[in-house]
Amino acid sequence: MMNARQIKRIRVTTIAAILLLIAVFIISVATGFASLTPSELFRTIMGQGTPRENLILFEFRLPRIIVAILAGMGLAVSGAILQSITKNPLSDPGILGINAGAGLMVVVYIMFFTVETTSFLYVLPLFALFGGMLTAFVIYIMSYIKGEGVEPTRLVLVGVGLAAALYGATLTLSTRLDMEDYSFMANWMAGRIWGDDWTFVLSLLPWILLLIPYTMFKSNVLNTLNLHENVSVGVGVNVSRERISLIMISVALASASVAVSGGIGFVGLMAPHIARSLVGPRHQVFLPVAALVGGILLLAADTIGRVVLDPSGIPAGIIVTIIGAPYFMYLLARKN
Amino acid sequence: MFKTKTKLIQENKVYSRPAVGTAILLLGFALLLLSIVLAISVGAAKIQFLTVWNAVINYDPTREADRIIMSLRLPRELGAAIVGAAFAVSGAIMQGMTRNPLADPGLLGLNAGASLALACVFAFNTEANYLTVMILSFIGAGIGAVLVFGLGSMSRGGLTPIRITLAGAAVSALLSSLGEGIALYFKLSQDLAFWTAGGVSGTNWAQLKIIVPVVLVGIIVAVMFSRQLTILSFGEEVARGLGQRTLFTKIVLMIVVLILAGAAVSLVGAIAFVGLMVPHIVRFLVGTDYRWIIPCSAIFGSVLMVLADTFARTVNAPYETPVGAVVAMIGVPFFLYLARKGGRKLS
Repeated sequence: MMNARQIKRIRVTTIAAILLLIAVFIISVATGFASLTPSELFRTIMGQGTPRENLILFEFRLPRIIVAILAGMGLAVSGAILQSITKNPLSDPGILGINAGAGLMVVVYIMFFTVETTSFLYVLPLFALFGGMLTAFVIYIMSYIKGEGVEPTRLVLVGVGLAAALYGATLTLSTRLDMEDYSFMANWMAGRIWGDDWTFVLSLLPWILLLIPYTMFKSNVLNTLNLHENVSVGVGVNVSRERISLIMISVALASASVAVSGGIGFVGLMAPHIARSLVGPRHQVFLPVAALVGGILLLAADTIGRVVLDPSGIPAGIIVTIIGAPYFMYLLARKN
Repeated sequence: MFKTKTKLIQENKVYSRPAVGTAILLLGFALLLLSIVLAISVGAAKIQFLTVWNAVINYDPTREADRIIMSLRLPRELGAAIVGAAFAVSGAIMQGMTRNPLADPGLLGLNAGASLALACVFAFNTEANYLTVMILSFIGAGIGAVLVFGLGSMSRGGLTPIRITLAGAAVSALLSSLGEGIALYFKLSQDLAFWTAGGVSGTNWAQLKIIVPVVLVGIIVAVMFSRQLTILSFGEEVARGLGQRTLFTKIVLMIVVLILAGAAVSLVGAIAFVGLMVPHIVRFLVGTDYRWIIPCSAIFGSVLMVLADTFARTVNAPYETPVGAVVAMIGVPFFLYLARKGGRKLS
């Protein structure tokens, strides 16, 4: 199925992506307020850092870096699943309104519960998940017509419409928040990674560790679903059941990521496109590369955003778009 | 290409309902007047219908109600009406021109470009007067449009709806992020948020004097070219077969779209959805002839914006709810119904 050249290409791409991720990691630790030089970083990782170096790396930098990487991976795989299932290159959790649904629930949570208690860290992703699931359910019901399936144009229409409505509801509710909660909300919507504590890593990690491997395990199903519906039925895939379970996984990944990282829309659209152009459409190789690209994108964006405007920084969601959109546009113009 | 004109027209039947169209125009205009009067009379200071009428006909600056009406409420409602018409007509033109049911100035990068221009105005020259702001909005919208259509047409396979929407999503995301980034960097996101989320609340007569003629000229040109637009909506080849100079028509219509969208954004910020939704509703009611679609969209857009703004002002008083949010919430149920019913047919 694959010749030697393709295998080599995949190997080179994967290694390059991993090296790039490490490079971005080193740069991220080395830049900004209270930074570590690469040699200090090496020493600290080896367990021989000064207390100050330990504090900077393990308490400040590392949790945030890991959250950025995990959220980037979650969003990228979520987008990849949606694009394959809907056979629609436009699909991404942001454009289809799933992020907006998760966001609405985040605002509802902030309105009725305090942001200070520790249970908040674990409950918020669940709230976001509920919002995302509900939205996905409504979009799916609205765009599914018996005998025709989910037609891409209709899906996007419904998704865009629902996203606008949910965003409107979120804005309306947010005018009732007090100043502090409102500024949290505004930053959340612009995609500022606010979870920079080990607890956030712990609240996001299980989702990523369970769902991404499961998605990889389903690679062959995704490969067939990406083809015409009849083909999938022909090779014995229970189309509607697989489709629904994969959509739920995609929504769960997006919602959990969005809950700690804020409304970051573009990673899910872009990372799968970049990965597909690098290694082709087979999900076995394409999904891991997409996840790596997503992690690199979000970490790089967060690092740049953190450094550009000290001390408050520019939200990663904005930076990711400014970096990613031109490349995405190039891909769009070049590819058929 | 050797088919006769009549044959081409027969194959691409224009179905229109002139009676419905006329009714919409007449009723719509009455409804617009009524909703403006209603909008003026409700709010923090309740005002009788008769007082509104009196204030307009026989303005007396010594009466407080008259002053509120003439300096705050009336410009605001006129602003809402003109912006609604501008967004709706620009959406209608874009949907016809690109044969894309998803086209609207919000989705195709125009609104984002104009917003970026606004951010730049606030960042680099806060002294700019409204005319400058508006012209820069046109330029911003133009940059958005050039990027989207350039990107859409550079790729092989041409400007399919999905491709151009994809380009629009990318360009919109890029331009609005740049705008947001500039706003954050110069610490003026609150000024900008006030300008955009505040909707039409700050509209004054000086702004109206500039925007009203601009939008009216835009709509008149759109109406003049509406027959060509109908033909263009059959597809480029059909239009050429019928002897139309498609490039010229497209350029004129595109300029109209830029002017309408730019002007509207310069007054209220990027309100998505009016341009996407209203033409769908109108097409559903009056058919596929743009000679009816364009004027009906203008009226419909105006009524929608005035009502949405009134709702935004009163629903959560004394807070102003962002009018864009209200528009989205009003429109979504009907829009979802249409998307489900006609999503395929329209594409």
